[in-house]
Amino acid sequence: MTLFQPNSAFEPLLRVDRLSLALGSGPSRTPLLDEVSFDIQSGEVLAVMGESGAGKSMTALAIMGILSPGIRITNGRISYRGEDLLNLSPDRRRGLRGPEMAMVHQDAPTALNPVYSVGWQIAEVFKVHKGMSSADAWRNAVALMMRVGLPNAAARAKDYPHQLSGGMRQRVMIAMAIALEPRLLIADEPTTALDVTVQSQIMQLLVALQEEKRMGMMLVTHDFGVVAENADRVVILYAGRVVESGTPQSILSAAAHPYSRALAACVPRMDEAAQRLPVIPGKPASLADATAGCAFAPRCPLRQQICLHERPPLREVAPGKMAACHFSEEVLADGSRAVVFKP
Amino acid sequence: MTETKTTIAMPGGLPGEFVENTRAGRSLTGEAATLLLRSPMVWVALAVLLMLVVMAVAPSLFTSLDPRQCQLLNARKPPSYGHWFGFDIQGCDVFARTIYGARASLVVALLATIGSTFIGGAVGLLAGFYGGVTDSVVSRITDVVLGLPTLLGAIVILATLGSGDGSSIIRLALVLSVLGWATESRLMRASVLQTKQAEYVRAARIAGAGDLWIAVRHILPNSVTPLLVMATLSLGGYVGAEATLSYLGLGLQAPIISWGTAISDAQPYLASAPHMLLFPSLLLTVTVLTLVLFGEAVRRAFDPRSR
Repeated sequence: MTLFQPNSAFEPLLRVDRLSLALGSGPSRTPLLDEVSFDIQSGEVLAVMGESGAGKSMTALAIMGILSPGIRITNGRISYRGEDLLNLSPDRRRGLRGPEMAMVHQDAPTALNPVYSVGWQIAEVFKVHKGMSSADAWRNAVALMMRVGLPNAAARAKDYPHQLSGGMRQRVMIAMAIALEPRLLIADEPTTALDVTVQSQIMQLLVALQEEKRMGMMLVTHDFGVVAENADRVVILYAGRVVESGTPQSILSAAAHPYSRALAACVPRMDEAAQRLPVIPGKPASLADATAGCAFAPRCPLRQQICLHERPPLREVAPGKMAACHFSEEVLADGSRAVVFKP
Repeated sequence: MTETKTTIAMPGGLPGEFVENTRAGRSLTGEAATLLLRSPMVWVALAVLLMLVVMAVAPSLFTSLDPRQCQLLNARKPPSYGHWFGFDIQGCDVFARTIYGARASLVVALLATIGSTFIGGAVGLLAGFYGGVTDSVVSRITDVVLGLPTLLGAIVILATLGSGDGSSIIRLALVLSVLGWATESRLMRASVLQTKQAEYVRAARIAGAGDLWIAVRHILPNSVTPLLVMATLSLGGYVGAEATLSYLGLGLQAPIISWGTAISDAQPYLASAPHMLLFPSLLLTVTVLTLVLFGEAVRRAFDPRSR
């Protein structure tokens, strides 16, 4: 898919440029994201990984423009096809949600309105954005439900959310998200609330739709397996900062940041004898108690004096691979998978 | 007919026509209604309410007597074979007047309930949905209205306005609505605040829905249940309020027949002719009780914890 890299003269579909978010203001201000940058091209799947609280969902909400009140963008730009989203009027911004960018929630069971049938809720999208008549909107909704693989769609459309299983509800959510054929799809942990067996089906559906419609997709996930199979590129966040970006293979096999290396080492492998999985000592850091240096420094086995005082910049450490570590070269030179974290 | 049916049946299976459409969609309201109708008390309440409604719509079905055809000669006569409830001070048949009184009493209660629910619902939705300054301003106004004792307020307003003529039913309902919406508004606001947090509201926002659409299509239907329960419960209260105000001579006035006016007329003769007071009061009590019981049953049916 990445064979045809878009010409750099073209604007990417989405560009997040040094985006910083903070909760509150004044002395009680808590930073949430710190200068996060990445691009998403049309037809590309970008996986955003990281621990809970690393800022993955915040980034997604900031792109969609629906941050909770109290969370402010303190720095940076988000541009969509060259257009600066942060300077758009709220109305114009709202007009983009749906036809241009859409989002699949992590929490499908509660993301559907309990008082309307699912068909009504899908049809609603057509009514609001395209001003379709109820009958037309309903027909489109049923067709869309068939497209996302809901059996017996015509009858199912009359069902209420509580009558559907979790996987079916997630399919309905996906149908709503792709209804207007957006160019950008943000999938925020689309499979977390689902059974393992259903998870892979939903991922397959998402990726099939993404390829069919040539959408740019931002896939927020914890799951390295999902990333390895589906993503074109990966961005790893730690405590609201990008620590590494590159292809899934390069991060799984030869990560340049101790944190990504440790993450990759935590993936259980079928081809090795059973053993205890390595753990990263310490607790997940948040930007709130970050020091002047590297946010990962308190937990890092390679920590040196410089790590505590000087923040490592995000730099290209190998072709197509960016990392924010003072010792990326050393990490890369060390071939073994888990060497960084000997218990 | 039966023969054609059997030929359609597929070999060794269900008839094809039964495969589709066996599961009807069931909404939350549908489930609440099913739950509601399971209780025998609800059936009793519904029967009484139906009777009251028929009484209000077509009183002549219940009595052949004209409540306005009165013989002063019969004044204060006790119940007898032809006149079960006896006669009132003007010599009118108490039974007929009680039957005909249902209409005014119920219409006032219904209009006052609709009015206060509508005002309270709209104000509460506004405050809860927009929050911030709007919420503060609206909530303080609500507090002030809530601070006014409803009956005292109604007495003051009605006494100031003086007795009107034909439109006193509407006027009474209006006064009761204007004084009674505050509780509904608070309830609605609380409910909206809760619903506003729901994931599907955020999902609707993500899908690009606007404020008005979200408020009316997503938040309102999900937060209106407590308001409807409150409305059912307050119906009984308004029947009582109408009677109270009419008894005080401030609500409905003489040419209109209502339970309140009947009770008011009967009060001075409590010792000598108790039947004049007894029967309108009895029907009033039964009505209020039925409405309160029904309202309580509706509340329980919508309460997820009681399932």
